[in-house]
Amino acid sequence: MTKRVDHQVEVVEIVQAADTVKRFRLKAVDGATLPYFSGGSHAVITMRGTDATGAPVIYRNPYSLMSSPTDPAYYEISVLRVPVSRGGSHFMHDQVKVGDRLSLSNPINLFPVVATGRKHIFIAGGIGITPFIAMMDGLAARGGTFELHYGFRSRSHGAYWQELQDRYGENRVKLYCEGEGQMIDVDRLLEHQPLGTNLYVCGPAPMIAFFTGKARQAGWPEENIHFEQFLAPPSGKPFLVKLRKSNVEFMVGQYQSILEAIEAQNIEANFLCRGGACGQCETAVCEMDGEIEHNDHYLTDDDRQSGKKIMICVSRFKGRELVLDL
Amino acid sequence: MLISGIKSRPEYHGLTIDPHARRQFFALGGEGALALLEKPELKDPEFLARAEVLYVAQGSQHSAALRSSGVAQYWEAPTIPTLLTRLQVTLSTAHMGLRLYTAGTEGLIGQVMQVGIDAGITFLSIRTEHRGSLARRISCVHCKGITENVTTSPFTCSHCGLTLLVRDHYSRRVGAFQGVCIDAEVPGDVPPTEELYK
Repeated sequence: MTKRVDHQVEVVEIVQAADTVKRFRLKAVDGATLPYFSGGSHAVITMRGTDATGAPVIYRNPYSLMSSPTDPAYYEISVLRVPVSRGGSHFMHDQVKVGDRLSLSNPINLFPVVATGRKHIFIAGGIGITPFIAMMDGLAARGGTFELHYGFRSRSHGAYWQELQDRYGENRVKLYCEGEGQMIDVDRLLEHQPLGTNLYVCGPAPMIAFFTGKARQAGWPEENIHFEQFLAPPSGKPFLVKLRKSNVEFMVGQYQSILEAIEAQNIEANFLCRGGACGQCETAVCEMDGEIEHNDHYLTDDDRQSGKKIMICVSRFKGRELVLDL
Repeated sequence: MLISGIKSRPEYHGLTIDPHARRQFFALGGEGALALLEKPELKDPEFLARAEVLYVAQGSQHSAALRSSGVAQYWEAPTIPTLLTRLQVTLSTAHMGLRLYTAGTEGLIGQVMQVGIDAGITFLSIRTEHRGSLARRISCVHCKGITENVTTSPFTCSHCGLTLLVRDHYSRRVGAFQGVCIDAEVPGDVPPTEELYK
């Protein structure tokens, strides 16, 4: 198991970037520089808050790093205020003030720019813009060829479109405002791209499925199609989990993930992205009396059918009890 | 003696046809023709209309079958270098949606992949199938000279004359296995030559 390193950071600036998006600038408390990262990286932020009854509660969410990868003096992240929050989004929006401290994991990149690619096409929906900001910064610094196609609901909902268009120009940054009826002509976009073009999609799940599906139909190899989406752990009925090695059992609450419930028992489990994407938290199932609700996009269909594996960051269980090899 | 178990050794997974490719582009050599000729897709008019073949016969007898297979374009090269030049020209103006397939000896596959990678194609997306001779294309790590169709180990570099050991160590950039001097410590202390392949 890799040792987790957490950096203690202080919030030094908070900017309301759009109607429902806040940007946070984070600096190391001890004044040191943070690790260098590559465009597309994210870090997991640990937030210590209290629940409705005043009891302490820990939220951990992954956020894409959007500051310049060439400047490790600070990191910037953007947080969307979601209508129904499991805690993290509302905590960042409503509780966190300048001067507050948070803890931050090392950066992890599950969505890197393909260094050998000849051209890079980024397709962003809403808050999905954030990883591309750092990717474009890195590419621009080394003279890479790219274009951004950025869709958002309205001009006031979309974050950073003005800055990006000012910086990279209208040819490289194309905007599609849904409220004004603008749509990406995806067939045309995919039709005449030179060999060695890579496609990257970040946004809501149906949007990712739509664009990656279109690219496959246009004969693009799987190796040239990339996407990232962090899932929030879905809520559901509480259920009983037993950990065989640790010899404990506990309930996983309605708004809790299995991973969070394990952490609440002070037991350390492997994780990286906490969003069903990376595969680090894959856990062996010893026994179960019921059915796993697989919510990740990591396990293969065969894995799922075997009933032997579960991604504890986002998947749930329907049944009497679930026994894990932890 | 062949030194095996080195991870860089390429794997050839067969010519699985991508049904969505807009251009189905085949660069085939010798017995590699059969990798395409055995495909059930050759009965599909939609596939045929998108299929283009570059072929170098290298003494094999499959030209007529390929020519009459119904593919939209067929061109036969007299030698591997002419096939590679034609491939390079085609790829230089090609777009995403072209799928490159190659089958034949490892030497041919390696050189076709070099051209493909140079044109920007992601190497893992190139579909490959090894057919025909097991003879290797080997680059001497000392003088960088390439010797084609090596069937024994050790063998004498055709450029610098050093005695080279045949291993699975492969260079994608060069498109060849890497041969290394076997008697560097004690010149002349060379194990007997073994015939690895016919």
